[in-house]
Amino acid sequence: MIKLNSINKTYYTGSNSLHVLKGVDLSIEKGELVSIMGSSGSGKSTLLNIIGMLDNYDSGDYFMNGERIYKMSEKKAAYYRNKFIGFVFQSFNLISFKNAMENVALPLYYQKVSRKKRNIKAMEYLEKMGLAEWAHHLPNELSGGQKQRLAIARALISEPKVILADEPTGALDSATSMEVMELFHEINELGITILIVTHERDIAAKTDRIIKLKDGIVDSIIANGERKKWLADQKMA
Amino acid sequence: MFDLDKWQEIFSTIRKNRLRTILTGFSVAWGIFMLVVLLGSGYGLENGVKREFQGDAVNYISVNSGVTSTAYKGMKPGRRIRFTNEDRDILARIDNVEKSSSRTFLFTDNNIIAYKNEYGTFDIFAISPEYRYVESLIVTSGRFLNRKDIDDYRKSVVLGRLVYEALFKNGEEAIEKYVKISGVPFKVVGVFNDPGQDRDLLRVYIPVSTAQRVFNMGNYIRNVSLMLGDAGVEQSLQVVEDVKTEMSVRHQFDPKDNRALFIFNSIQNYQQFMDLFAGIRLFIWIIGTGTIIAGIVGVSNIMMIVVKERTKEIGIRKALGATPWTIVSLILQESILITAFAGYIGLVSGVGLLELISKVLPSHDYFANPEINLNIALAATVLLVIAGAIAGYVPARKAATVKPVVALRDE
Repeated sequence: MIKLNSINKTYYTGSNSLHVLKGVDLSIEKGELVSIMGSSGSGKSTLLNIIGMLDNYDSGDYFMNGERIYKMSEKKAAYYRNKFIGFVFQSFNLISFKNAMENVALPLYYQKVSRKKRNIKAMEYLEKMGLAEWAHHLPNELSGGQKQRLAIARALISEPKVILADEPTGALDSATSMEVMELFHEINELGITILIVTHERDIAAKTDRIIKLKDGIVDSIIANGERKKWLADQKMA
Repeated sequence: MFDLDKWQEIFSTIRKNRLRTILTGFSVAWGIFMLVVLLGSGYGLENGVKREFQGDAVNYISVNSGVTSTAYKGMKPGRRIRFTNEDRDILARIDNVEKSSSRTFLFTDNNIIAYKNEYGTFDIFAISPEYRYVESLIVTSGRFLNRKDIDDYRKSVVLGRLVYEALFKNGEEAIEKYVKISGVPFKVVGVFNDPGQDRDLLRVYIPVSTAQRVFNMGNYIRNVSLMLGDAGVEQSLQVVEDVKTEMSVRHQFDPKDNRALFIFNSIQNYQQFMDLFAGIRLFIWIIGTGTIIAGIVGVSNIMMIVVKERTKEIGIRKALGATPWTIVSLILQESILITAFAGYIGLVSGVGLLELISKVLPSHDYFANPEINLNIALAATVLLVIAGAIAGYVPARKAATVKPVVALRDE
């Protein structure tokens, strides 16, 4: 589904340059639930942005669904984002002046689905998230967990192949975080690939595979079988 | 580009951001409103003054005799200058004078003019036929006084419309009827109208020669008017100088004595008004342009803030699959919609106010029919809309090309 070969990315700010990704190799199969971990500055958000086509990379190869994604036009990138990728952010990134239903329906607007149809579909997804009765509320009238479920509904409505979540539980308490993780599992059951960036170990522990980034390269990959052992090691350390 | 769904999206954005919309709209509506009111009132002023002039020709010089105020060649001041028919003949020979007319007033017991049982007091002007060109009056029935009336000392009279209406009831035909002026019967030969003031219509004209003979006025006249054709201001001033010279020699007064003659130069007067209006028009245009520029700056400012404020929203929309063009067109169309609508409101309320003024202030002197060239007002509105669009386009374009990751960054 997603294949990265020695991806490099450098940020330039004035005369300073910051080499964030130093040749990342990564492969994620269809239907996987994967987490990316790493300390701050390890390049995990940058990697997610590149995978999400929100940002460009300098060198290397990135294949999504077998297609090479490199310096594509804004228009094409927008099309791919809309069609293949659903985003979930730490700060939810809901549009404050649109109500829950309109927020969820927005990706369909960019697919030129009629208002009536997209509102019906939005209600369907809100129901799945248990937010039907909040459909006409503005985001700031919802709790953190509700907001994130709303954001997930929005990510799902375009029926993407991949969901990219950047610290999805970063702004939530632990009980709500677990609810959100369960939700991700349910979505994953439907065959949607999910990639979660997190620095919380117990969140990462609920994924099939943990990719640890360190100083811009993949430090280690902990697969499903080794997870328990890894967890135990972490606790001992 | 023009699909219903986009408009619904725009309308919902506008509805949810009322303050922003109102602020943008207000600066546009106000600019247009001020421009319309300004241009309209300027035009109203010009209209009013032009109407004042309509009753009179604007190419004549009127010379009235006065009283000397300085001693001259051993004569005391306070001497009354009296014109005679001969003075007119002399003045008519001055260069550039095309036509001339003489005029005197009739002051009998109380200027009563009577027809059958109807009578009234009116101004009685004893004139030569050329006087019609001074007043630029319109003969509505019959004829005006002519050469033969003068030469034959005919007792002919031309009535002003209001005089006719006062004396002849129920639309009775006046031509060929006799009215009594101070008891002397005069035959009505014509009725006239005048686009100027009503006072000019409460007047009758009789031949100057007849008046001098019938009412014992000798050969005296009070006024000589000189028509100058299409002479300019320079020539008219020269004529005025010549008049002073000729008359001061003939009547023996100091040519510098300002009170011996009262001269009204309509050419110079008209030119002064025209210059004044050119000045006012320029002034209005400067202010109007300033108002429009202020409006443009206001719109640009707000659009810039709007885009800045919406950077995050733009980032979200891009992450969800919006193309740069969708973003730009969303912001642009919103801006155009608001400015066009607000401009229209400003236009309508400005024109409405002008209409109200012209209704509430009915034909005041020096202010009439304030109106505005609709093309200018529309052009100003379109200009503001375009300016708003450009002002919105630059930041919108920039925001749309920003990477979503930058736009989404938490602050």
